[in-house]
Amino acid sequence: MTSTSSPPTGRARIPRRTLRTDRWWLGPVLTTLGLAAFVFYATARVFQQDHYWVGEHHYLTPFYSPCLAAQCVPEASLFGRLPVEFPPLVPYALLSLPILLLFRVTCYYYRKAYYRSIWQAPTACAVQEPHRTYTGETRPLMLGQNGHRYFFYLVGAITLINTWDMAVPFFHGSDGGFGVGLGNLIMFVNVLMLWGYTLGCHSCRHVMGGRLKSFGKRPVRYWLWSRISVLNSRHMLFGWLSIATLMTTDFYISLVASGTITDLRLFN
Amino acid sequence: MTERTFRVWRGSGENGELTDYTVEVNEGEVVLDVLHRLQATQVPDLAVRWNCKAGKCGSCSVEINGMPRLSCMTRMSVFAPDQTVTVTPMRTFPVVRDLVCDVSYNYEKAREIPAFTPGPKTSPGDFRMQQEDVERSQEFRKCIECFLCNNVCHVIRDHEENKEHFSGPRYLMRVAELEMHPEDTADRRQIAQDEFGMGYCNITKCCTEVCPEGIRITDNALIPLKERVADRKYDPLVWLGNTIGRRPKDTPIVPNTRRPAEEE
Ligand code: SF4
Ligand code: SF4
Ligand code: FES
Ligand code: FES
Repeated sequence: MTSTSSPPTGRARIPRRTLRTDRWWLGPVLTTLGLAAFVFYATARVFQQDHYWVGEHHYLTPFYSPCLAAQCVPEASLFGRLPVEFPPLVPYALLSLPILLLFRVTCYYYRKAYYRSIWQAPTACAVQEPHRTYTGETRPLMLGQNGHRYFFYLVGAITLINTWDMAVPFFHGSDGGFGVGLGNLIMFVNVLMLWGYTLGCHSCRHVMGGRLKSFGKRPVRYWLWSRISVLNSRHMLFGWLSIATLMTTDFYISLVASGTITDLRLFN
Repeated sequence: MTERTFRVWRGSGENGELTDYTVEVNEGEVVLDVLHRLQATQVPDLAVRWNCKAGKCGSCSVEINGMPRLSCMTRMSVFAPDQTVTVTPMRTFPVVRDLVCDVSYNYEKAREIPAFTPGPKTSPGDFRMQQEDVERSQEFRKCIECFLCNNVCHVIRDHEENKEHFSGPRYLMRVAELEMHPEDTADRRQIAQDEFGMGYCNITKCCTEVCPEGIRITDNALIPLKERVADRKYDPLVWLGNTIGRRPKDTPIVPNTRRPAEEE
């Protein structure tokens, strides 16, 4: 029998990786599937160089906005077109896509998602990770994650462009003038979700008020901070919803643009 | 009354093992009750740490079926009737005996943090704190120091060698709390990264998942602290502003709180 005054003897040598009995692997599996679905779909679409524009109602998919290549439809190019024809497999929205990608890659929620489900550090809580050493976000390669705020500023501008893209089609009804179709509604919901995601960003919460030492002396920034905190606590939800609405919007527009279906018009 | 199988870690860290017991369980009981019955009826030398039995002292932290939990707040009714209940000590800290761990790592980390530092010209009676500011740190003040968050954190749980450079979510949260205090004048952002290891945290939120007080450690303390560290160390615009304007004065860690390097 051990004496009651025995000195500490090192950690418990429990041979199993985890003693958890619940389905702790389910979350990481679903996350990986969700991320993979989005990556495959988005890759296939941005390299396609087609079916991105519905001329009749001015629907432009967010995956091609703003359209920069010389071969873009003129009305789809909010800021004009570059004088070069993009060779095959070069995305037409060459400027915005990398920024959007890096914004999500450096997002605090997506970091959690892929560190857990893909990098497996850790796969789930209290489940031993497979790596022998761990340095987290301390090494030069990982320090780039600290630049998230800059992607937030840039994506704020891109979300404004998406909002513009969503508003314009309301003024291109079937007989000209104001009109509403299913496409408009899908784009509208998508933009709402994009703002929900973008404004709920942790960097946004920080710059709007989180960085202050004292809220008491800054009522306006405190108000902003508390509004953003509401979105921020649902950041993961908006992350997934915005991925879903992005894919839906793009898929719907590609179907209409390719003539597979016609836009369901609700009014004009 | 029913009989249940309890599988409990017995012995030291190195030489301990899981031992099965059949023990009586009554309606409404929590895991700690059953451990106490084991102690009273079968194994009088079973070491269990506890104090309040109300989820407020933070003494009874263990791992139940692999999840870090307070044994006094885990109801027996959450397990299926035929499920074996496995109780082990926290994995991250050295075992003293059975379910009791030596948690001094946490106290050592606590001592290194520069304490609340009001401006030299303000005397305590002059503080006027607004409710908004009080609320912000009150969330962190709910902490009962059960150390379940430090225990679950993979940075040290899976990598003993990181203990030296990483203070764990509990104490990074303490740094964040002080940094958010309106009357505090010290600047701990530099040491948060370089000495307390903020950069090791990869915001995977296990600390938040296990906190019995429901403190949103990652969202409200760790990520805001990461953003503050980015202000101090990694943001070229803020850096430029500080170069032209007032330079931050970094506060060092509390002297003589680290063990001298082991002599060869
Ligand atoms: S969020 Fe950070 S501190 Fe909390 S458990 Fe994960 S790595 Fe550790
Ligand atoms: S923050 Fe929560 S989990 Fe961590 S020591 Fe405090 S009460 Fe326990
Ligand atoms: S967008 Fe997720 S934290 Fe910034
Ligand atoms: S005995 Fe006090 S928290 Fe469980």
